[in-house]
Amino acid sequence: MSLGLYRPGRSLLHRAPAWSKLLLLLAAGASSFLLDRPWQVASALAAVVLGYAVAGVPPGVMLRQARPLVWILAAVAFFHVLASGWERAFVVVGVLLALVLLAALVTLTTRTADLLDVLVAWMRPLRVVGVDPERVGLLLALAIRSVPVVVGLGQEVRDAQRARGLGASPRAYAVPLVIRSLRHADELGEALAARGVDD
Amino acid sequence: MIEVSRVTHVYGEGATARTVLRDVSVTMSEHRVGIVGANGSGKSTFARLLNGLVVPTEGTVLVDGLDTRTEGRQVRRRVGFCFTNPDAQIVMPTVQEDVAFGLRRRGLSREEVRSRVAEVLERFGLASHADHPAHLLSGGQKQLLALASVLVTEPSHIVLDEPTTLLDLRNARLVADHLGRLAQQVVLVTHHLELLEGFDRVLVFDEARLVHDGPPDEAVAAYRRSMA
Repeated sequence: MSLGLYRPGRSLLHRAPAWSKLLLLLAAGASSFLLDRPWQVASALAAVVLGYAVAGVPPGVMLRQARPLVWILAAVAFFHVLASGWERAFVVVGVLLALVLLAALVTLTTRTADLLDVLVAWMRPLRVVGVDPERVGLLLALAIRSVPVVVGLGQEVRDAQRARGLGASPRAYAVPLVIRSLRHADELGEALAARGVDD
Repeated sequence: MIEVSRVTHVYGEGATARTVLRDVSVTMSEHRVGIVGANGSGKSTFARLLNGLVVPTEGTVLVDGLDTRTEGRQVRRRVGFCFTNPDAQIVMPTVQEDVAFGLRRRGLSREEVRSRVAEVLERFGLASHADHPAHLLSGGQKQLLALASVLVTEPSHIVLDEPTTLLDLRNARLVADHLGRLAQQVVLVTHHLELLEGFDRVLVFDEARLVHDGPPDEAVAAYRRSMA
Protein backbone atom coordinates (compact mmCIF):
# COMPACT_ATOMS: atom_id res chain seq x y z
CA MET A 1 0.00 0.00 0.00
CA SER A 2 2.83 2.39 -0.70
CA LEU A 3 1.38 3.64 -3.95
CA GLY A 4 1.21 7.39 -4.38
CA LEU A 5 1.38 8.30 -0.70
CA TYR A 6 2.71 11.65 0.41
CA ARG A 7 6.39 11.65 1.34
CA PRO A 8 7.32 14.58 3.54
CA GLY A 9 10.08 16.75 2.14
CA ARG A 10 11.26 20.31 1.62
CA SER A 11 12.06 20.30 -2.09
CA LEU A 12 10.91 22.88 -4.61
CA LEU A 13 8.14 20.51 -5.67
CA HIS A 14 6.98 19.98 -2.08
CA ARG A 15 6.77 23.71 -1.52
CA ALA A 16 5.01 24.55 -4.77
CA PRO A 17 1.31 25.26 -4.19
CA ALA A 18 -0.98 22.29 -4.79
CA TRP A 19 -3.04 24.10 -7.42
CA SER A 20 0.01 24.73 -9.59
CA LYS A 21 0.90 21.04 -9.54
CA LEU A 22 -2.64 19.96 -10.36
CA LEU A 23 -2.80 22.50 -13.16
CA LEU A 24 0.49 21.22 -14.56
CA LEU A 25 -0.83 17.67 -14.45
CA LEU A 26 -4.01 18.73 -16.20
CA ALA A 27 -2.04 20.58 -18.89
CA ALA A 28 0.29 17.62 -19.38
CA GLY A 29 -2.66 15.27 -19.77
CA ALA A 30 -4.48 17.54 -22.16
CA SER A 31 -1.46 18.11 -24.38
CA SER A 32 -0.07 14.58 -24.28
CA PHE A 33 -1.68 13.67 -27.60
CA LEU A 34 0.51 16.28 -29.30
CA LEU A 35 3.58 14.10 -28.72
CA ASP A 36 4.09 11.78 -31.65
CA ARG A 37 7.85 11.54 -32.12
CA PRO A 38 9.96 9.16 -30.04
CA TRP A 39 12.43 11.93 -29.17
CA GLN A 40 9.61 14.09 -27.84
CA VAL A 41 8.33 11.26 -25.69
CA ALA A 42 11.85 10.50 -24.50
CA SER A 43 12.30 14.12 -23.42
CA ALA A 44 8.93 14.08 -21.63
CA LEU A 45 9.97 10.95 -19.73
CA ALA A 46 13.34 12.51 -18.96
CA ALA A 47 11.60 15.63 -17.64
CA VAL A 48 9.39 13.54 -15.33
CA VAL A 49 12.39 11.57 -14.05
CA LEU A 50 14.18 14.85 -13.45
CA GLY A 51 11.14 15.92 -11.42
CA TYR A 52 11.57 12.87 -9.19
CA ALA A 53 15.22 13.77 -8.72
CA VAL A 54 14.32 17.35 -7.79
CA ALA A 55 11.72 16.07 -5.31
CA GLY A 56 14.32 13.77 -3.79
CA VAL A 57 12.22 10.64 -4.32
CA PRO A 58 14.44 7.54 -4.46
CA PRO A 59 14.46 5.62 -7.80
CA GLY A 60 13.04 2.54 -6.06
CA VAL A 61 9.93 4.45 -5.01
CA MET A 62 9.59 5.82 -8.54
CA LEU A 63 9.71 2.34 -10.07
CA ARG A 64 7.10 1.16 -7.57
CA GLN A 65 4.69 3.79 -8.93
CA ALA A 66 4.94 2.21 -12.38
CA ARG A 67 4.83 -1.43 -11.31
CA PRO A 68 1.01 -1.86 -11.24
CA LEU A 69 1.00 -0.65 -14.82
CA VAL A 70 3.49 -3.18 -16.21
CA TRP A 71 0.97 -5.64 -17.64
CA ILE A 72 -1.20 -2.98 -19.22
CA LEU A 73 1.84 -1.34 -20.78
CA ALA A 74 3.08 -4.70 -22.03
CA ALA A 75 -0.28 -5.44 -23.65
CA VAL A 76 -0.48 -2.00 -25.24
CA ALA A 77 3.10 -2.27 -26.51
CA PHE A 78 2.42 -5.72 -27.96
CA PHE A 79 -0.66 -4.50 -29.79
CA HIS A 80 1.07 -1.45 -31.21
CA VAL A 81 4.17 -3.35 -32.34
CA LEU A 82 1.91 -5.65 -34.33
CA ALA A 83 -0.39 -2.94 -35.62
CA SER A 84 1.87 0.01 -36.28
CA GLY A 85 5.47 -0.75 -35.45
CA TRP A 86 8.07 -0.08 -32.74
CA GLU A 87 8.07 3.66 -33.05
CA ARG A 88 4.34 4.02 -32.37
CA ALA A 89 4.53 1.49 -29.54
CA PHE A 90 7.26 3.51 -27.83
CA VAL A 91 5.29 6.74 -28.20
CA VAL A 92 2.06 5.33 -26.75
CA VAL A 93 3.64 3.42 -23.89
CA GLY A 94 6.03 6.27 -23.13
CA VAL A 95 3.24 8.84 -22.93
CA LEU A 96 1.16 6.62 -20.63
CA LEU A 97 4.12 5.93 -18.39
CA ALA A 98 5.11 9.59 -18.25
CA LEU A 99 1.59 10.67 -17.28
CA VAL A 100 1.20 8.04 -14.57
CA LEU A 101 4.61 8.88 -13.13
CA LEU A 102 3.78 12.57 -13.21
CA ALA A 103 0.47 12.01 -11.42
CA ALA A 104 2.24 9.89 -8.81
CA LEU A 105 4.86 12.62 -8.42
CA VAL A 106 2.09 15.11 -7.63
CA THR A 107 0.59 12.90 -4.92
CA LEU A 108 4.03 12.01 -3.54
CA THR A 109 4.88 15.67 -3.03
CA THR A 110 1.46 17.04 -2.00
CA ARG A 111 -0.52 16.37 1.16
CA THR A 112 -3.90 14.82 0.49
CA ALA A 113 -5.56 17.62 2.43
CA ASP A 114 -3.94 20.25 0.19
CA LEU A 115 -5.07 18.42 -2.97
CA LEU A 116 -8.59 18.15 -1.59
CA ASP A 117 -8.61 21.85 -0.70
CA VAL A 118 -7.81 22.70 -4.32
CA LEU A 119 -10.50 20.38 -5.67
CA VAL A 120 -13.01 21.83 -3.23
CA ALA A 121 -12.09 25.34 -4.33
CA TRP A 122 -12.35 24.41 -8.02
CA MET A 123 -15.76 22.87 -7.44
CA ARG A 124 -17.13 26.00 -5.80
CA PRO A 125 -18.84 27.22 -9.01
CA LEU A 126 -20.87 23.97 -8.99
CA ARG A 127 -22.63 25.30 -5.91
CA VAL A 128 -25.18 26.93 -8.21
CA VAL A 129 -26.32 23.52 -9.44
CA GLY A 130 -26.63 22.24 -5.88
CA VAL A 131 -23.24 20.57 -5.32
CA ASP A 132 -21.77 21.04 -1.85
CA PRO A 133 -18.00 21.20 -2.52
CA GLU A 134 -17.09 20.55 1.14
CA ARG A 135 -19.13 17.39 1.08
CA VAL A 136 -17.50 16.18 -2.12
CA GLY A 137 -14.10 16.84 -0.52
CA LEU A 138 -15.10 14.83 2.55
CA LEU A 139 -16.33 12.03 0.29
CA LEU A 140 -12.99 11.88 -1.51
CA ALA A 141 -11.04 11.90 1.76
CA LEU A 142 -13.19 9.12 3.18
CA ALA A 143 -12.69 7.09 0.00
CA ILE A 144 -8.90 7.43 0.29
CA ARG A 145 -8.99 6.56 3.98
CA SER A 146 -11.25 3.55 3.37
CA VAL A 147 -8.98 1.79 0.87
CA PRO A 148 -6.50 0.47 3.46
CA VAL A 149 -9.35 -0.26 5.89
CA VAL A 150 -11.20 -2.45 3.39
CA VAL A 151 -7.94 -4.15 2.38
CA GLY A 152 -7.47 -4.93 6.10
CA LEU A 153 -11.01 -6.31 6.35
CA GLY A 154 -10.30 -8.52 3.33
CA GLN A 155 -7.22 -9.94 5.07
CA GLU A 156 -9.28 -10.64 8.21
CA VAL A 157 -11.89 -12.53 6.20
CA ARG A 158 -9.23 -14.59 4.44
CA ASP A 159 -7.55 -15.40 7.76
CA ALA A 160 -10.88 -16.44 9.25
CA GLN A 161 -11.49 -18.76 6.29
CA ARG A 162 -8.05 -20.31 6.61
CA ALA A 163 -8.47 -20.76 10.35
CA ARG A 164 -11.57 -22.84 9.68
CA GLY A 165 -9.83 -24.79 6.95
CA LEU A 166 -12.01 -23.47 4.16
CA GLY A 167 -10.65 -23.23 0.65
CA ALA A 168 -10.76 -20.15 -1.54
CA SER A 169 -14.41 -19.77 -2.50
CA PRO A 170 -15.26 -16.41 -4.03
CA ARG A 171 -18.67 -16.32 -2.39
CA ALA A 172 -17.38 -17.27 1.04
CA TYR A 173 -14.95 -14.39 0.62
CA ALA A 174 -17.25 -11.73 -0.84
CA VAL A 175 -20.25 -12.09 1.47
CA PRO A 176 -18.43 -11.57 4.80
CA LEU A 177 -16.30 -8.84 3.23
CA VAL A 178 -19.39 -6.92 2.10
CA ILE A 179 -21.03 -7.38 5.51
CA ARG A 180 -17.92 -6.20 7.33
CA SER A 181 -17.59 -3.22 5.00
CA LEU A 182 -21.20 -2.23 5.63
CA ARG A 183 -20.67 -2.53 9.37
CA HIS A 184 -17.56 -0.40 9.05
CA ALA A 185 -19.60 2.18 7.10
CA ASP A 186 -22.12 2.26 9.95
CA GLU A 187 -19.41 2.84 12.53
CA LEU A 188 -17.80 5.48 10.36
CA GLY A 189 -21.12 7.27 10.04
CA GLU A 190 -21.53 7.24 13.78
CA ALA A 191 -18.02 8.60 14.24
CA LEU A 192 -18.68 11.40 11.74
CA ALA A 193 -21.87 12.31 13.58
CA ALA A 194 -20.00 12.30 16.90
CA ARG A 195 -17.43 14.67 15.42
CA GLY A 196 -20.16 17.07 14.42
CA VAL A 197 -20.11 16.63 10.63
CA ASP A 198 -23.82 17.08 10.14
CA ASP A 199 -24.27 19.80 12.76
CA MET B 1 -22.74 18.25 34.69
CA ILE B 2 -24.73 15.55 32.90
CA GLU B 3 -28.30 14.84 34.00
CA VAL B 4 -30.06 11.74 32.76
CA SER B 5 -33.64 11.57 33.89
CA ARG B 6 -36.12 8.72 33.55
CA VAL B 7 -34.56 7.45 30.35
CA THR B 8 -35.93 4.40 28.59
CA HIS B 9 -34.61 3.42 25.20
CA VAL B 10 -36.04 0.89 22.77
CA TYR B 11 -34.46 -0.28 19.51
CA GLY B 12 -36.81 -1.43 16.75
CA GLU B 13 -40.56 -1.71 17.10
CA GLY B 14 -43.37 -4.21 17.19
CA ALA B 15 -42.33 -7.83 17.66
CA THR B 16 -38.60 -7.06 17.28
CA ALA B 17 -38.57 -4.24 19.83
CA ARG B 18 -35.72 -4.53 22.33
CA THR B 19 -35.52 -2.40 25.43
CA VAL B 20 -31.86 -1.57 26.01
CA LEU B 21 -32.31 0.96 28.82
CA ARG B 22 -35.11 0.92 31.36
CA ASP B 23 -35.97 3.93 33.50
CA VAL B 24 -32.42 5.16 34.14
CA SER B 25 -31.93 8.33 36.16
CA VAL B 26 -28.52 9.61 37.22
CA THR B 27 -26.77 12.94 37.63
CA MET B 28 -23.04 12.97 37.01
CA SER B 29 -20.94 15.89 38.15
CA GLU B 30 -17.85 13.95 39.29
CA HIS B 31 -14.55 14.39 37.50
CA ARG B 32 -14.13 10.66 36.79
CA VAL B 33 -17.10 8.38 36.20
CA GLY B 34 -16.69 4.73 35.21
CA ILE B 35 -19.32 2.47 33.66
CA VAL B 36 -19.16 -1.33 33.76
CA GLY B 37 -21.58 -4.09 32.84
CA ALA B 38 -21.98 -7.26 30.81
CA ASN B 39 -22.12 -7.23 27.00
CA GLY B 40 -25.58 -6.13 25.97
CA SER B 41 -26.34 -4.54 29.36
CA GLY B 42 -27.06 -1.16 27.79
CA LYS B 43 -23.87 0.65 28.70
CA SER B 44 -22.85 1.50 25.13
CA THR B 45 -26.28 2.95 24.45
CA PHE B 46 -26.02 4.89 27.70
CA ALA B 47 -22.69 6.33 26.57
CA ARG B 48 -24.21 7.35 23.22
CA LEU B 49 -27.00 9.18 25.03
CA LEU B 50 -24.49 11.55 26.55
CA ASN B 51 -23.53 13.28 23.30
CA GLY B 52 -26.87 12.93 21.55
CA LEU B 53 -25.76 10.16 19.17
CA VAL B 54 -28.74 8.31 20.59
CA VAL B 55 -31.81 10.31 21.56
CA PRO B 56 -33.83 8.37 24.14
CA THR B 57 -37.27 6.99 23.35
CA GLU B 58 -38.46 8.38 26.69
CA GLY B 59 -36.91 10.74 29.21
CA THR B 60 -34.35 13.51 28.82
CA VAL B 61 -30.59 13.97 28.86
CA LEU B 62 -29.18 17.37 29.76
CA VAL B 63 -25.51 18.29 29.34
CA ASP B 64 -24.69 21.52 31.16
CA GLY B 65 -28.39 22.28 30.88
CA LEU B 66 -28.58 21.62 27.12
CA ASP B 67 -31.11 19.02 25.97
CA THR B 68 -29.61 16.43 23.59
CA ARG B 69 -32.96 16.16 21.84
CA THR B 70 -33.17 19.79 20.76
CA GLU B 71 -29.62 21.10 21.09
CA GLY B 72 -27.59 18.17 19.76
CA ARG B 73 -25.15 20.40 17.98
CA GLN B 74 -24.11 22.37 21.06
CA VAL B 75 -24.02 19.17 23.08
CA ARG B 76 -21.62 17.51 20.63
CA ARG B 77 -19.32 20.52 20.81
CA ARG B 78 -19.11 20.03 24.56
CA VAL B 79 -18.93 16.26 24.66
CA GLY B 80 -16.09 14.49 22.86
CA PHE B 81 -16.70 10.83 22.06
CA CYS B 82 -14.14 8.07 21.62
CA PHE B 83 -15.12 4.68 20.16
CA THR B 84 -13.79 1.17 20.68
CA ASN B 85 -12.46 0.70 17.18
CA PRO B 86 -10.11 3.53 16.23
CA ASP B 87 -10.14 2.47 12.57
CA ALA B 88 -13.78 3.49 12.34
CA GLN B 89 -13.28 6.89 13.85
CA ILE B 90 -10.15 7.96 12.05
CA VAL B 91 -11.75 9.55 9.02
CA MET B 92 -8.84 11.23 7.29
CA PRO B 93 -5.94 9.60 5.43
CA THR B 94 -3.08 11.01 7.49
CA VAL B 95 -2.51 11.64 11.19
CA GLN B 96 -2.32 15.42 10.99
CA GLU B 97 -5.34 15.70 8.69
CA ASP B 98 -7.45 13.61 11.00
CA VAL B 99 -6.68 15.84 13.97
CA ALA B 100 -7.34 18.96 11.90
CA PHE B 101 -10.65 17.54 10.71
CA GLY B 102 -12.42 18.30 13.99
CA LEU B 103 -11.43 21.97 13.72
CA ARG B 104 -13.09 22.61 10.37
CA ARG B 105 -15.83 25.18 10.25
CA ARG B 106 -14.92 26.61 13.63
CA GLY B 107 -13.77 29.91 12.19
CA LEU B 108 -10.11 29.28 13.06
CA SER B 109 -7.30 30.61 10.89
CA ARG B 110 -4.92 28.20 9.16
CA GLU B 111 -2.20 29.19 11.62
CA GLU B 112 -4.40 28.55 14.66
CA VAL B 113 -5.39 25.14 13.29
CA ARG B 114 -1.76 24.30 12.60
CA SER B 115 -0.56 25.25 16.07
CA ARG B 116 -3.39 23.47 17.90
CA VAL B 117 -2.85 20.31 15.85
CA ALA B 118 0.91 20.43 16.46
CA GLU B 119 0.40 20.94 20.18
CA VAL B 120 -1.97 18.01 20.61
CA LEU B 121 0.20 15.68 18.48
CA GLU B 122 3.16 16.60 20.66
CA ARG B 123 1.17 15.83 23.79
CA PHE B 124 0.22 12.37 22.54
CA GLY B 125 3.68 11.52 21.26
CA LEU B 126 2.53 11.50 17.65
CA ALA B 127 4.41 14.55 16.40
CA SER B 128 6.91 12.46 14.42
CA HIS B 129 4.00 10.69 12.70
CA ALA B 130 2.19 13.87 11.62
CA ASP B 131 2.40 13.15 7.90
CA HIS B 132 2.13 9.38 8.13
CA PRO B 133 -0.88 7.55 6.77
CA ALA B 134 -3.14 6.62 9.69
CA HIS B 135 -3.30 2.96 8.67
CA LEU B 136 0.40 2.46 9.32
CA LEU B 137 0.09 3.31 13.03
CA SER B 138 -0.03 0.56 15.65
CA GLY B 139 -3.33 -0.20 17.41
CA GLY B 140 -2.30 1.81 20.46
CA GLN B 141 -1.14 4.76 18.39
CA LYS B 142 -4.42 4.71 16.45
CA GLN B 143 -6.39 4.96 19.68
CA LEU B 144 -4.15 7.80 20.87
CA LEU B 145 -4.76 9.53 17.53
CA ALA B 146 -8.51 9.07 17.96
CA LEU B 147 -8.22 10.61 21.42
CA ALA B 148 -6.05 13.45 20.12
CA SER B 149 -8.57 14.20 17.38
CA VAL B 150 -11.32 14.46 19.97
CA LEU B 151 -9.33 16.55 22.45
CA VAL B 152 -8.09 19.08 19.90
CA THR B 153 -11.62 20.48 19.80
CA GLU B 154 -11.38 21.17 23.55
CA PRO B 155 -14.61 19.56 24.73
CA SER B 156 -15.56 20.02 28.38
CA HIS B 157 -16.59 16.37 28.79
CA ILE B 158 -15.23 13.25 27.17
CA VAL B 159 -17.10 9.97 26.86
CA LEU B 160 -15.18 6.81 25.92
CA ASP B 161 -16.83 3.54 24.91
CA GLU B 162 -14.37 0.74 25.74
CA PRO B 163 -11.36 2.58 24.31
CA THR B 164 -8.91 -0.09 25.53
CA THR B 165 -10.79 -3.27 24.63
CA LEU B 166 -8.76 -3.86 21.45
CA LEU B 167 -5.45 -2.87 23.03
CA ASP B 168 -2.74 -4.84 24.82
CA LEU B 169 -1.96 -4.10 28.45
CA ARG B 170 0.82 -1.63 27.75
CA ASN B 171 -1.24 0.42 25.30
CA ALA B 172 -4.28 0.24 27.57
CA ARG B 173 -2.13 1.68 30.37
CA LEU B 174 -0.83 4.38 28.03
CA VAL B 175 -4.36 5.44 27.06
CA ALA B 176 -5.38 5.35 30.73
CA ASP B 177 -2.40 7.55 31.68
CA HIS B 178 -3.47 10.14 29.14
CA LEU B 179 -7.03 9.98 30.43
CA GLY B 180 -5.79 10.46 33.97
CA ARG B 181 -4.14 13.73 33.02
CA LEU B 182 -7.22 15.31 31.44
CA ALA B 183 -8.78 18.33 33.05
CA GLN B 184 -12.14 17.41 31.48
CA GLN B 185 -14.89 15.33 33.01
CA VAL B 186 -14.30 11.74 31.84
CA VAL B 187 -17.01 9.11 31.47
CA LEU B 188 -15.32 5.78 30.75
CA VAL B 189 -17.12 2.61 29.72
CA THR B 190 -14.71 -0.29 30.16
CA HIS B 191 -14.10 -3.98 30.78
CA HIS B 192 -10.64 -3.20 32.11
CA LEU B 193 -11.70 -2.89 35.74
CA GLU B 194 -8.22 -1.90 36.96
CA LEU B 195 -8.50 1.33 34.95
CA LEU B 196 -11.23 2.48 37.34
CA GLU B 197 -8.81 2.80 40.23
CA GLY B 198 -8.94 6.33 41.55
CA PHE B 199 -12.27 7.08 39.87
CA ASP B 200 -14.83 9.09 41.81
CA ARG B 201 -17.81 6.98 40.95
CA VAL B 202 -18.69 3.81 39.05
CA LEU B 203 -22.07 2.84 37.58
CA VAL B 204 -22.94 -0.82 37.01
CA PHE B 205 -25.44 -1.78 34.29
CA ASP B 206 -27.21 -5.10 34.03
CA GLU B 207 -30.04 -6.06 31.71
CA ALA B 208 -30.91 -2.50 30.71
CA ARG B 209 -30.97 -1.20 34.28
CA LEU B 210 -28.61 0.82 36.42
CA VAL B 211 -28.12 -1.69 39.24
CA HIS B 212 -25.31 -0.19 41.28
CA ASP B 213 -23.85 3.24 41.81
CA GLY B 214 -20.96 3.94 44.16
CA PRO B 215 -17.21 4.22 44.70
CA PRO B 216 -15.09 1.99 42.42
CA ASP B 217 -14.11 -0.86 44.77
CA GLU B 218 -17.67 -1.29 45.96
CA ALA B 219 -19.14 -1.09 42.44
CA VAL B 220 -16.55 -3.44 40.96
CA ALA B 221 -17.26 -5.94 43.74
CA ALA B 222 -21.00 -5.72 42.98
CA TYR B 223 -20.25 -6.25 39.28
CA ARG B 224 -18.07 -9.29 39.98
CA ARG B 225 -20.80 -10.75 42.21
CA SER B 226 -23.48 -10.26 39.54
CA MET B 227 -21.26 -11.98 36.94
CA ALA B 228 -20.45 -14.98 39.16
